Amino acid sequence: MSGNGHSDTQVDDGHEAAGGTESSGGERVVALAFAVAILAALGLTVVYSVGGQPQLEGLFLGLALAGIGVGAVVWAQRFMPNEEVTEDRIELASTDDEVLAFTQAFEAGEENLERRSLLVKLGLGALGALGLAAVFPIRSLGPRPGRGLKDTGYAEGVRLVTVQGAPLRPESLSPGTVVTVWPEGHENEADSPTLLIRTGAGKLELRQATVDDVVAYSKLCTHTGCPVGLYQVQEQLLLCPCHQSTFDVVDGAEPIFGPAARPLPQLPIGLDAQGFFVALGDFPEPVGGGFWDRGR
Amino acid sequence: MSTDGAHSVRDSSGNGQRHAPLTRRTVRWIDRRVGAAGMARKALDKVFPDHWSFLIGEISLWSFVILLLTGVYLTFFFEPSLEKVVYDGSYEALRGLKVTRAYESALDLSFDVRSGLVMRQMHHWAALVFVASTVAHLCRVFFTGGFRRPRELNWMVGVTLLILAIVNGFAGYSLLDDQLSGNGLRIAYNIAISIPLAGTWLASLFFGGEFPGPDIITRLYIIHVLLLPGLLLGLIGLHMGLLVRQRHTQFSGPGRTEGNVVGERVWPTYLAKGLGMFFLTSAVLAALGGLAQINPVWLYGPFEPADVSTASQPDWYMGWLDGALRIMPSWEFRAFGFEIPNPFFSSVLLPGVTFALLYLWPFLEARITKDHAEHHLLDRPRDRPLRTALGVATLVFYTVLFFAGGTDVLATTFGISINVLFPMFQVLLFVLPAAGAYLTYRLCKELAQRDQPGGTHHAGEVKEPAGGSGEINRREAAPEGAPEREPASEAAGKAQR
Ligand code: HEM
Ligand code: FES
Repeated sequence: MSGNGHSDTQVDDGHEAAGGTESSGGERVVALAFAVAILAALGLTVVYSVGGQPQLEGLFLGLALAGIGVGAVVWAQRFMPNEEVTEDRIELASTDDEVLAFTQAFEAGEENLERRSLLVKLGLGALGALGLAAVFPIRSLGPRPGRGLKDTGYAEGVRLVTVQGAPLRPESLSPGTVVTVWPEGHENEADSPTLLIRTGAGKLELRQATVDDVVAYSKLCTHTGCPVGLYQVQEQLLLCPCHQSTFDVVDGAEPIFGPAARPLPQLPIGLDAQGFFVALGDFPEPVGGGFWDRGR
Repeated sequence: MSTDGAHSVRDSSGNGQRHAPLTRRTVRWIDRRVGAAGMARKALDKVFPDHWSFLIGEISLWSFVILLLTGVYLTFFFEPSLEKVVYDGSYEALRGLKVTRAYESALDLSFDVRSGLVMRQMHHWAALVFVASTVAHLCRVFFTGGFRRPRELNWMVGVTLLILAIVNGFAGYSLLDDQLSGNGLRIAYNIAISIPLAGTWLASLFFGGEFPGPDIITRLYIIHVLLLPGLLLGLIGLHMGLLVRQRHTQFSGPGRTEGNVVGERVWPTYLAKGLGMFFLTSAVLAALGGLAQINPVWLYGPFEPADVSTASQPDWYMGWLDGALRIMPSWEFRAFGFEIPNPFFSSVLLPGVTFALLYLWPFLEARITKDHAEHHLLDRPRDRPLRTALGVATLVFYTVLFFAGGTDVLATTFGISINVLFPMFQVLLFVLPAAGAYLTYRLCKELAQRDQPGGTHHAGEVKEPAGGSGEINRREAAPEGAPEREPASEAAGKAQR
């Protein structure tokens, strides 16, 4: 059987195909497929050498591969032995004798170890100690997660600036606008983006000091830390684009919809001597997503 | 191993067989050194059963090969570095912008490396097809009972392959440091810190500090191009090795029993078809890579920590997790100053339980059905209505989560408020799987009934549904959870060992 497959002479092919006409038809298909592959490969080299063009490259590469694939499959279906072969399954499990022989051989070796059980214990202890020692370098991968998660660049008197570093006065914000601000000197740091919003609303339910109708919230969603990017002035809502948590701007950024469970931390703000916005301290709680000891 | 090795050197080249001396000489040469001709002969003669559904796993294998090939090409150009540079390549819209080298080299791959874009897009499409075909293959094995003894180990290898494929896909598209993947990484970071006790440590060690962390891209890179592909390669080897050792399962049919394998020999037919499949799979992926845009990072822009694009969707295989993050109610648990944050439930617990159940399924089912016998004949899904219904329910559950991952897109496309969509998905998540299970169960019974001409095999006898009810009642009368009815040939075989 497998001998037949080795010789790809015409005579053999004729044997295996059902009939002569079908055979020559199949040959034509295979030949055509391979010819397409050759032409497409040539096309690919031409496209490449005149500077390349992604769509044409994909097309020609696809055609070349498809030609070979079709050729191979049709060849296998028409001209290779296709008859069904039945093979007995082997018994997977070994015989009881084999298992016994193995266990005995294993136990014979084990006895040798058991005779020097103290040495074995020491040896295992040595391996264990080495393993333990080898765990320590993992510690080099990163710093202890300490205050870093709870601190941002804000502190008392730090100005709120735009990403270019420009400080802001209340007058530069018209009602119903929002600016993303940062602690001066920490522009674009991932834990500090803050929404400075002039709500234009009369009454604000807030927990931190603020200036008139201007309020500053951390921009990082308390769900999984996405920037809360959408401010809907009409409804006074902040919307997180990631999983659609919604926060109420006039009510201390309490979450009113979606998976977020905590309000956006509010930054206490005031004005400095020059009339620029400054922080009166850091956020009262960690920003972004929650973690185990966030409240500690 | 040939014992006449020493003195047969001469006749191996001079025995007059002129049409295949080279093959023969090469085989001899190798066999004298490793003595494997006997084994190799057996390998060529191995029999593989044929069924269209067995091709799915093959597609998965071939797309992995294409990932390796295209991925290696990408490594020649991609630079996994967060160093800032000013972009001055051929994509005008971003020229002059300060970006990281990682992002810059991805742009260069797309615009300035000839055939780079095709390779990039082929790689990404291959990743999607790899995970998709792996999932489809898993479904095939599940619904046909291919995981039962003795194949529980290979099922677990397969589940591991799926997990690694998903993780490596996420690692891959996170390398490019574009706006979309940067946000994905930030979500991953926040999920990591949500793990009680160990979370902040894990995140800090993995990212090299607080997000974004100075080291994350370089670490993901080595994980993506070496660690996980190496692991995948090894496990795929093990998967195939076990398959060859245990032989493939087959559907029952004339002449097919628990004790034999009916199919084609590996050499040459099966191998030629397999090779053909490889070329056809890569043909489709190449065409997609050239013609269908994917992950256009130049449109997303470089990652900026305060920006986010709306309606951004991750790769499809992350969709169920995205959906779970969205429609999880806003629960958190706090006590004594400690808390379990919301994402822990949707993104750590859910996948944890999902994959734990997948790993354990062969053992759970064996315990439920009390069927611990060996099985080499596959079930038709309809003959196992309970398993099939459970499988459909599971698929529906994750599909609902997947669509929940598109709430924003659905909201804008169909003008439905998210205030309606969220509760709707929360309800559908439990209602649809139940409905799916019920309908599947009914359908299985119906189909099985149609195949059963009253228990006897009179050709041409067609039972009316009503007339067959006696037979059905007998089958349904079997207590739930007891072993479902075994196909006759199966029950006859295998003693329990
Ligand atoms: C399970 C296997 C793999 C999966 C699922 C996978 C998936 C991905 C994905 C989705 C991307 C993003 C592609 C884009 O949109 O640009 C990517 C990028 C990349 N992959 Fe893989 N990959 C795999 C294996 C490999 C291997 C074996 C290598 C190299 C040895 C590799 C090298 C790369 C490189 C260098 C990039 C970044 C370059 C770029 O995409 O611009 N990958 N991978
Ligand atoms: S990160 Fe804002 S809703 Fe999930």
